[in-house]
Amino acid sequence: MARALDFFGGFKLTFQHLTRPTVTTSYPKAKRPKQPRQHGRHVLNRYEDGMEKCIGCELCAGVCPVNCIYVRGLDNPPDHPVSPGERYGYIYEINYLRCIHCDLCVEACPTQAITESKMFEFSFTNRADAIYTKAELLVDDQGFPQRLPWEDWREGETAMTGGWMRAASPNGDAAYEGVVQWTADLGAGVRAAEAGQSGVRDDEATGSKQIRNIFPKHFEPEDVPLQFRGLQGKLNEAREKMPKRKRKDKA
Amino acid sequence: MNGLAVVDPLFNHGVTFAVLLIVVLKCLLGLGLLMGSVIVMIWFERKAISDMQSRIGPQRWGPFGLLQTLADGLKLILKEDLIPSEADRTVFKLAPFLVLVPAIITFGLVPIGGEMTIAGHKVLLQVANPPMGILLLLAMSGISVYGVMLAGWSSGSKYPLLSSVRASAQMISYEAALGMTIVTVVLVTGSLSVHNIVTSQADGIWHWNLIRLGVVPFVVFVIAITAELNRPPFDVVEAESELVGGFHTEYSSFRFAIFFLAEYMNTITMSAIIVTLFLGGPAGWAPNVAHLKWLFPIAWFLIKTIGFAFCYIWFRASLPRLRYDQLMDLGWKRLIPLSLGWMLIVAGFLVAKGWGFMMGAVVLVAYSVLTRAFSLGQTREVGADSVLPIVGARPLPGDVLRSMTDEEKD
Repeated sequence: MARALDFFGGFKLTFQHLTRPTVTTSYPKAKRPKQPRQHGRHVLNRYEDGMEKCIGCELCAGVCPVNCIYVRGLDNPPDHPVSPGERYGYIYEINYLRCIHCDLCVEACPTQAITESKMFEFSFTNRADAIYTKAELLVDDQGFPQRLPWEDWREGETAMTGGWMRAASPNGDAAYEGVVQWTADLGAGVRAAEAGQSGVRDDEATGSKQIRNIFPKHFEPEDVPLQFRGLQGKLNEAREKMPKRKRKDKA
Repeated sequence: MNGLAVVDPLFNHGVTFAVLLIVVLKCLLGLGLLMGSVIVMIWFERKAISDMQSRIGPQRWGPFGLLQTLADGLKLILKEDLIPSEADRTVFKLAPFLVLVPAIITFGLVPIGGEMTIAGHKVLLQVANPPMGILLLLAMSGISVYGVMLAGWSSGSKYPLLSSVRASAQMISYEAALGMTIVTVVLVTGSLSVHNIVTSQADGIWHWNLIRLGVVPFVVFVIAITAELNRPPFDVVEAESELVGGFHTEYSSFRFAIFFLAEYMNTITMSAIIVTLFLGGPAGWAPNVAHLKWLFPIAWFLIKTIGFAFCYIWFRASLPRLRYDQLMDLGWKRLIPLSLGWMLIVAGFLVAKGWGFMMGAVVLVAYSVLTRAFSLGQTREVGADSVLPIVGARPLPGDVLRSMTDEEKD
């Protein structure tokens, strides 16, 4: 008998979904906040004195699993060097028809010359346009990435191009938690420190929200985050919906 | 009696211009209603199922995406109309209409409301009320099998052919159960006319066939008609994961649109047929308002039909597709015996109570025999002795090698 009723459990579930909010958004009109470590289009960074960080070592090209990076290094001209090292990246090209945004190039880079921004909304009508050259990847004199006409940068995103950081040090030392491992020398491109292990995170600063907190109604009861359970959950939910200014007044 | 009265009782008193006009208007109105409701139904299905899957669904065209169907239709019409070189051209072109025309005709049989007086004529709100209406319904569902079958066969492609074989087998299997449940309705009504079936249920909820016949024929009918429609969970005909798109894989442009249209028309029509046969059609509570009395039956009919249309969408969202053998099992081993037995019991009760109980006993005995037979068949040992050797089979290389190398054991 219980099994016979299980059959109707499926109907109950689909019917319940009618009342739940949708998971998808009507995309170009409403955009979901990006995750703190969203991988997007690359940028090539500069030092404070305007010198390029890239030394043309081709490690990024070597580690790239889809061979989308093409780098050729050249000896620095002695009278006006491009990078502080011996060599500099003479040619730097990324083919975005191939790139899978795995970020291995960022991890391989010894000088943190290449980092990824969060910007992923860009398109081309021409295969040749998909190949970004050094002229397009390099940041400007203030350290901000170039906003190319076919790219859709969101508000404040150009300031978050680099600073991929670790929740703790590579050795797992918790003392480094929340410490940005990399700083952009030109002053732009540093993201807020996120906390990983302690669970303390500043969603306002990192510009993101956990999926768990966005869709608590779609989870099984035991998976719903604590702050969204029961009566207190209803209150918190209502507070979320209030305009930002009012919320701060109450807190 | 005028011969034309077969089509509409209005013709009983001779064919005048006014009567002709009313009938033509009724036809146009029926067609317009069907077409309009198809557009709304497609939108409704897409919206409802996307809600059940926590999606948004169509939203771009018109308010709430209401014009999405029109946009889709326009897109399909503007596309190139391909006919495969291997196709049987005449049959290929004919098949979509063999599906569409029965769908339209069937809707013409459904009483949408009660009676209405226009210019002194009593008009049935039903496009046609032939005396053998329910037989016409069965005939039309039989013809639409041809449409699906010929579409697959004439495509000159393997997946549509497989799909059409499945379609014909499935539709014919479920037609038996469908027919048997309709027979119970006809038995209790004593008439084949759809109008009479509806009027016999008009005296309140306890007179609806749903309750009058016991719930079993209703359940069997809903399952059988879902299979007949090739809708989920019985959509093995269009199983995308197995058969690309099913019987209409090779169709494009307007011909494909016709199949699509017919499928949704059938969904609406069959919801309306269920309502007509089992839920009293337009029957329902109506206040005694002078000039709006005709409106309430229509509203009741629409509410019930929309309810069933929603049920179909609900089925689609909730139930996984049946495997082909499960489908056949359900049809032949469950539904046909069940509907046959129930029909005998109903027939018995209609003659006399004693006969009814006797029939019930006979059916029970038959069921126990049948259950025993099924369980025996399922637990039958299948071994080397029970399987006939394959004719013209070659020994496998492994067997040949073994016979050459292994020592003989005595």
